[in-house]
Amino acid sequence: MKWMICPVNGARPITEFVYGGEVRPMPDPQTTDDETWAAYVFNRQGAPGIKPEWWCHTPSQTWFIAERNTLTDEVLRTYLYGEDSAA
Amino acid sequence: MSHRLPPLPGEWIDRQHPIDALFEGDRLPGYLGDTITSALWAAGQRVLGRSFKYHRPRGILSFANHDINVLVQDGQRLNGRADVTPLTAGMVLSAVNTDGGVRGDRRRILDFLSPFLPVGFYYKAFHNKRLFPFWERMIRNISGLGQIDPTTPHIRTAKRYDFCDVLVIGAGISGLSAALTAANGGADVVIVDENARAGGSGGYQLGGDWSRAEQTQALVDAVQQHKRIRLYTDTLAAAYYADYWVPLVDGERLTKMRAKAVIMANGAYEQPAVFRNNDLPGVMLASAAQRLIYRYAVKPMDRAVVLTANFDGYRAALDLAERGIQVQAIVDLRQSQSSNSLIQALQARGIPIYFQSCIYEAKGHPTRDGVASAVICPLDAEGVPQPGFSQEIPCDGILMSVGWAPAANLLYQAGTRMRFDDAVQQFIPDQLPAGVFACGRVNGSYDWERKKQDGDRAALDALAFLGFSPSLPSIPRPAPLVEESPSHSYPVVDHPAGKNFVDFDEDLQFKDFKNAAQEGFDNIELLKRFTTVGMGPSQGKHSNMNALRILARITGKTPGDVGTTTARPFFHPVPLSHLAGRGFTPERHTPLHSRHASMNAVFMPVGAWRRPEYYAQPGKSREDCIRAEVNTVRTGVGLIDVGTLGKLEIRGPDAALFLERVYTGRYSNLKVGMSRYALMLDEAGVVIDDGVIARFGAEHFYFTTTTSGAAAIYRELARLNTLWQMDCGLVNLTGARSAINLAGPYARAVLSKLTDLDLSGSAFPYLGVREAVIAGIPALLMRVGFVGEWGYEIHVPAEFAPALWDALLEAGQSQGVTPFGVEAQRRLRLEKGHLIVGQDTDGLTTPREANLGWAVKSDKPFFIGQRSLQAMASRPIQHLLVGFMLEPTFQGTPPQECHLVIDGSDIAGRVTSITFSPTLQRYIGLAYVKPSLSTVGTSIFIRLSDRSMIRATVSPTPFYDPDNTRQKEPLLQRQEMAV
Repeated sequence: MKWMICPVNGARPITEFVYGGEVRPMPDPQTTDDETWAAYVFNRQGAPGIKPEWWCHTPSQTWFIAERNTLTDEVLRTYLYGEDSAA
Repeated sequence: MSHRLPPLPGEWIDRQHPIDALFEGDRLPGYLGDTITSALWAAGQRVLGRSFKYHRPRGILSFANHDINVLVQDGQRLNGRADVTPLTAGMVLSAVNTDGGVRGDRRRILDFLSPFLPVGFYYKAFHNKRLFPFWERMIRNISGLGQIDPTTPHIRTAKRYDFCDVLVIGAGISGLSAALTAANGGADVVIVDENARAGGSGGYQLGGDWSRAEQTQALVDAVQQHKRIRLYTDTLAAAYYADYWVPLVDGERLTKMRAKAVIMANGAYEQPAVFRNNDLPGVMLASAAQRLIYRYAVKPMDRAVVLTANFDGYRAALDLAERGIQVQAIVDLRQSQSSNSLIQALQARGIPIYFQSCIYEAKGHPTRDGVASAVICPLDAEGVPQPGFSQEIPCDGILMSVGWAPAANLLYQAGTRMRFDDAVQQFIPDQLPAGVFACGRVNGSYDWERKKQDGDRAALDALAFLGFSPSLPSIPRPAPLVEESPSHSYPVVDHPAGKNFVDFDEDLQFKDFKNAAQEGFDNIELLKRFTTVGMGPSQGKHSNMNALRILARITGKTPGDVGTTTARPFFHPVPLSHLAGRGFTPERHTPLHSRHASMNAVFMPVGAWRRPEYYAQPGKSREDCIRAEVNTVRTGVGLIDVGTLGKLEIRGPDAALFLERVYTGRYSNLKVGMSRYALMLDEAGVVIDDGVIARFGAEHFYFTTTTSGAAAIYRELARLNTLWQMDCGLVNLTGARSAINLAGPYARAVLSKLTDLDLSGSAFPYLGVREAVIAGIPALLMRVGFVGEWGYEIHVPAEFAPALWDALLEAGQSQGVTPFGVEAQRRLRLEKGHLIVGQDTDGLTTPREANLGWAVKSDKPFFIGQRSLQAMASRPIQHLLVGFMLEPTFQGTPPQECHLVIDGSDIAGRVTSITFSPTLQRYIGLAYVKPSLSTVGTSIFIRLSDRSMIRATVSPTPFYDPDNTRQKEPLLQRQEMAV
């Protein structure tokens, strides 16, 4: 079973976590056209690569960002949203 | 006659403890420490089992946990592997898969029918559907293993969790040295081995040289005495899962081992040679014979022929000779070797060595089972046998020492890239995952010193990986063997009469592979599935390598090009009881569960919860009970436990703004002390949840979600709060608070007995919310109308719920208060035309389709789903949720939820809710219909499962009290009282 490192609670088994989808910026709903909006709502980038993803440590309800290589399933790092020191 | 040798130093049997068992009716003597096979072999038994397909007699092959033809049953314990199962006193053993016992198995006739059972026989023979049941019955009867006793007790097997820095798999020479080096470097080490004792081949591949055993024992002693090493023997590392997670299986339990690094020292499986009758009892792997001798002091045979292609075979021959076994000949597949100490030692004993020769066939004994002679012949320059020059050597045992296959199953599972190394003629790790290390034979290191050095190196690498001693010297991987390859590149001898077995599990012969390839199954994955090679219980441990070499030879490829198949977890069979978890279906009970039970509630599952569907009354049917509950709420007063609703609280300056962004409604203008319906959409504008939002302060809201949505909605709101970074905080009170809905014309009369709060309609109007003390309990009151009557949802801390329940029942006694269940509530709300999210909506329902447009405030700057609703606004609507009624006189089977609305020959919608309304005395329901059918008064037709059509009429909703007079005070109360 995989580990995941919660930025608050440390390394915990993967079963304690819930995946919340790739972090994707929302286009401005006021200005965007229908096509761009529909693409945002319905399309997901399936090509493997390193992606920032939402993950939640459910017992503590801690949402955070995990950078994961979706090809190898390696979690490169995890951090709280907005506390991305490396960015 | 006993074949037990005189006592040997280091033997695993305890001669002070003789034990007795029974094997197929005969007494089976043995010693503590024996396995079933070693005791049988010592007792002179040569036929230990029957092969799966042809029922050929089989003896010892590997003696290393993959002697699949020797499965035994001991009462309720099925399919024990005799080669590794310890003999215990009182066992009553029999071989499985026989008809009349292992010696006289009546199904041995199948051996003579084998020409009619070609490869792919099942695939070819059983296409006929009509005959299939006949064949199935016959095959099930003939094949199969042990006999199941259905009365076998259910065994609960404990699971355990364990942790370490470095897990070393395999306690042979390289594993032991790796464990010592890792522990000396400061790591907490666990080393596991499937054998009863540590040492691996260091304890039996001696070549007559005791110093090897002594050196190995010194390693074992050092490991056992090291305070940072835990040595688990009789323990199988059965699989590899992500992040160094390895299930360890022993006799008692499954241990889930979490390591920080793993060193794979799994070793190698010795591989059989393929020649005619290589399965006769007495033909065995050289290492099997050595284990028999040094572990159990059992003489493998009296006169041996040793077939070899490496010097391991020479050492095995010396081990035999040391124990007084007559070695008739060494038959070496290789060309003549320059003389060395091993050759000299054998020559000194007068043992003839035949280079560039093979065993062409083994011959069975004419009167009893087992090998009687080996027919050997020279090989030509291309390796083709020359049977014209054969000679027959009498013997009662043949040793095969032609090569090894790495026990790389776990390495593959860990994602290791392997490559075929020509020098050692085996696959070795090419690129290992981070934190996984390999050493010993699985890494291509074969002799004692090399294995030890490789173990040290792997441990140093692991220590560096873990950051223990960054300054440690890095030892290069030992150079590959150049002087000899431990494995022969093609230990296969063809024979016109066949019976040269490649896979002993499935009785696959050499010709089966040729035929399969000829039929086009010439890819390793196809070949495996067609022939079933490697698919038997040993999972190819003794057959995959030869199959691969044969396929490579047939297709003109190299073994590296052919590639291997990957063994899935678990790579050894594990008893199902070890894998079975306890049934864990968590069930949530509200604090009032025991109250419901004592009132004869019939429970139903609602999400994870158990809720009362209705309360059974003696002598009344379910339907009558439910109708009575509905009538109570309509004409008197009822109460229902609604503690399963999601109950959330949000506080902070941005609380109202946050709610306006996640719900469709407006809450900034909601007055303190009031509540409002709340509808939640997803980004696509689809309805996903609803509830009620109550404002208890300028920056304090309390709100509910659906029962089933509670956890997911709270989680998503927490995510959105993280994303938006607004100045507010969410608390989930779902478990902390309980709630009871008191509803009906007399609800106020009942409640007024328990509180000082002014309950008049003007002081506490419909949709008002109040904090009050009810029966001495601090409570939040919400005047809601889900069931369509004057009612109060009373939210209290969960621990006070039973006291509140009791107080309400007590106070309402004179008004006849009774509890009602979920089914009555569903009917009450349907009469009122209220939809249930998830039942009357689906994964595509927009507010407009569900007639919830009134709840959507489109002029807000933003809410989730808003932009998608805008995009859809101009599009025609596909269907609408409407109310419908059946004729008042309708009798018979009513439609059910999900039955289709049919217009002409087209599907025009579907029913989402339908029930008999006790109040209106007719069937009512909700259905999606296409817009052209949505006008009130339209006749629609609903098709039942039996294809009959039922007419219904589109009706306005609510069906009951459309003007909401039940929530208005004076008129209604007086009218109702007068009734």
